[in-house]
Amino acid sequence: MRSLSKTTTDADSLRGQIRDNSVRIIDVRRAEDYKKDHIPKSVNLPLAELLADDSPEKVLKIAQNLGIDDQTQVVVYDDTFGALASRVAWTLQYLGHSEVSLLDMTYSQWKGLGLETDNSETEISSKTHSIKLQPQIMSSAEYLEQVKEQKNVIVIDNRERLNFLEQHIPGAINIPYRTLASDDKILKPKEEMKRLLKNRNIPQDAEIITYCGSVGTLSGLAYYALKSADFPNVKLYVRSFKEWKGLNKPIVRQENANYWDLSAE
Amino acid sequence: MKLSTITKQSRQGRKPKINWGRVEESERFAETVKLFRQGKLDSDLFRRFRLQHGAYGTRMTDDYAMVRIKLPAGEVYPHQLEKIATLSEQYSIGSAHVSTRQNMQLHWVILEDVSEILRSLAEVGLTSREACGNAVRNVMCSPVAGVCPAEEFDVTPYAVATAKFFLRNPLNQSLPRKFKFNFTCCEKHGMARMVDIGLIPQIKTINGQPRRGFKIFMGGGLGNRSFVGHQLEDWTPEEDLLYTSIATIRIFDRLGDRKHMERNRMRYLVNEMGWEQFQTLILKERAIVRMTQSAIVKLSVDETPQKLESHIRISGFDDKSIPDGFSRWRKGNTFAQKQSGYYSVSITLEAGDITANQLRALADISKEFSAEGYARTGFVQDVYLRFVSEDDLPRLYSKLLEVGLANPGSLTMVHPIGCSGTTSCNLALTNSHRLAKEIQRKFIELKLDEDEDLRESSIKISGCPNSCGQHQIATLGFFGGGGRVDKDMYPVYQMSVGGRSDGETMLGVTVMRIPAKRVIPATLKLIEVFKNNKKPGEDFKNWIHKVITGHADSQVKSVNDIKQILLPFTETPSIEQDKDFYADYGSDSSYHTRTGKGECAA
Repeated sequence: MRSLSKTTTDADSLRGQIRDNSVRIIDVRRAEDYKKDHIPKSVNLPLAELLADDSPEKVLKIAQNLGIDDQTQVVVYDDTFGALASRVAWTLQYLGHSEVSLLDMTYSQWKGLGLETDNSETEISSKTHSIKLQPQIMSSAEYLEQVKEQKNVIVIDNRERLNFLEQHIPGAINIPYRTLASDDKILKPKEEMKRLLKNRNIPQDAEIITYCGSVGTLSGLAYYALKSADFPNVKLYVRSFKEWKGLNKPIVRQENANYWDLSAE
Repeated sequence: MKLSTITKQSRQGRKPKINWGRVEESERFAETVKLFRQGKLDSDLFRRFRLQHGAYGTRMTDDYAMVRIKLPAGEVYPHQLEKIATLSEQYSIGSAHVSTRQNMQLHWVILEDVSEILRSLAEVGLTSREACGNAVRNVMCSPVAGVCPAEEFDVTPYAVATAKFFLRNPLNQSLPRKFKFNFTCCEKHGMARMVDIGLIPQIKTINGQPRRGFKIFMGGGLGNRSFVGHQLEDWTPEEDLLYTSIATIRIFDRLGDRKHMERNRMRYLVNEMGWEQFQTLILKERAIVRMTQSAIVKLSVDETPQKLESHIRISGFDDKSIPDGFSRWRKGNTFAQKQSGYYSVSITLEAGDITANQLRALADISKEFSAEGYARTGFVQDVYLRFVSEDDLPRLYSKLLEVGLANPGSLTMVHPIGCSGTTSCNLALTNSHRLAKEIQRKFIELKLDEDEDLRESSIKISGCPNSCGQHQIATLGFFGGGGRVDKDMYPVYQMSVGGRSDGETMLGVTVMRIPAKRVIPATLKLIEVFKNNKKPGEDFKNWIHKVITGHADSQVKSVNDIKQILLPFTETPSIEQDKDFYADYGSDSSYHTRTGKGECAA
């Protein structure tokens, strides 16, 4: 099994990589936001564009057009607490690109620190990339259903608590995506994440499957949070709860309590 | 008139003087949860430990807990509000709940995550220690102490010092049952007679010198059986405050009933023993405490004068930009403090619920608008901002409006109390929480907050016969239960009228059972009858008081008359005629009662 060299890249490292031109930075915000300003030398891949068709063939094309070959160091960022960036990073990783990591902060935080931005488009010359799919980081509905009762498998739902209480995949536990971040980073410090998971009795050698509401963004972030805490065997159920419900798979809820009425929304 | 404000306070915000938290308690909590889950710790022992650390059980499940954050005297600082906001999103349901005892609660927390919350709370100086369990619970203090025009002196430092003295004190780690203090500012604003120990500040002139002291009440409290407290003595000097508190807790610890959890609050002891004997015991015990305590045992009352930030006005805010509804809000949500030019503002929350974003907005708003730089939770699931400059009120209103915190009528009857009910409580029979919200929405729509006749009245709702919603001291009180037509159940509320907690404290008088879905129309009917029968200048509260005390001079002369008037609301349609009648608020399906084990007496 290939493991990531690192989950996140900090601002200083990235700035160094920008200086010596040794990185491909992907900005996954919307095109109009990217046009206004972005991290220097970044290229734009709006998440929606990827989600329109994320078949390996299409992703391969996208990667090649973004000038990514098998050896390119890739760093991804967004302005949505790292969830969109995670989904893109994971997709590249699934394609077989191992040298990908997340910028450890959002674009707003980057700007807030007064770091460099730019509004010129980055010129790209396309590259050739291979396909080496990594099925060990992906879960389908069928796979999830098949293994979820196994003792060593833990299914994690990363939606908000109220959504989880209302309905979730039987046996899943809930770690809301907001739990993954710290005040100024998209992911908690490693030790804090480890402590949280240890309190939850999640063994390091468990096979973990994460899911969220629809397209695997929140659970994509959880995928990287788990990676950062040295959990080697994590899968993303990328089509998540929306597909699960669509397939009429079993769902459970917390019964006999009107928890929604306790919410101020 | 040009109104202009914007304050230039440091964005950091003011920091609290006292750190109530201990990080090591979070580590111990995490380890103890593990032992419990591994079956190495008896579940009764674990429950006691959990409650001692402020984590309460949740409706029908062992997986979740409620974390009750203690806010002594209700004081909460901007960075603490921000932290609670974040914690609510990380570990709870994205909103927090302000309780009737000035706590802030996070519900539906996974038991294994509680330790993370305790750790984060400690980082900002907060704790949930002894917020539940058989200990001295959050020490309450009138949210307007220090600004109340009627008070004799500010009791806040005494409340805070009392909280500080008892927190983690071995004296109160294993009482027969919970123990509650309530400091109030004056007769009107408090509940001094409805707690174990209630205090009202009183200055007495002795040899020409004004001296601080208290009127102390004991043995009161609400519950399945409620009692009004007794005054210990004519006047208790401030130096006797701590001795009296210690003596009372020692007596309760020694003589309180440890077998019958359902009736072992101190008020039962007082009731069984008789007040005079209890009073004698306390006074004797206090003499012993006074003689035997070492000189260093005293309350550390912080007497430093309060620091108020001066506001620098830099931007204009003219009459034209004052949003609609300002004068209505001002009338029902604010009052002039004893300090001239300053106002106190009560923010009404629907049944005490506040979202993470609203908590963050409140943090900013308290930095910007309160010259004392922090907020205080109140007695009725509300939040106070004090020391707001009169000129700032329009701008404050517009800020509150932006974040949905500007509902009118906070200080009127349209602001009801509803305990958490079936939203999270094991004991609840009805969704009292939602009913409170429904009443508030309906009454605001009807503009009842603008009705002077209703201003002093109150509506309080509990989801079961216990009294978290304090229904016995409400002008209109309700507690939940189940009714039945053949085999079909429907939610119902027992209604009481005329309860009050002021200088003439009395418990409400039971009227009748009203189906949940008829509570609002029945209440409106009663208001209508009052309007038709009232004497000029008479308000609803006084009218009800006269009816139940046999002094009525209108057509409605007794509780029985009220019963007759409301009788049509008790009619039960068949389930085919009216399906909605058989469903509780917040539920589409047929009603059935279902309860778990309570932990109030654990």
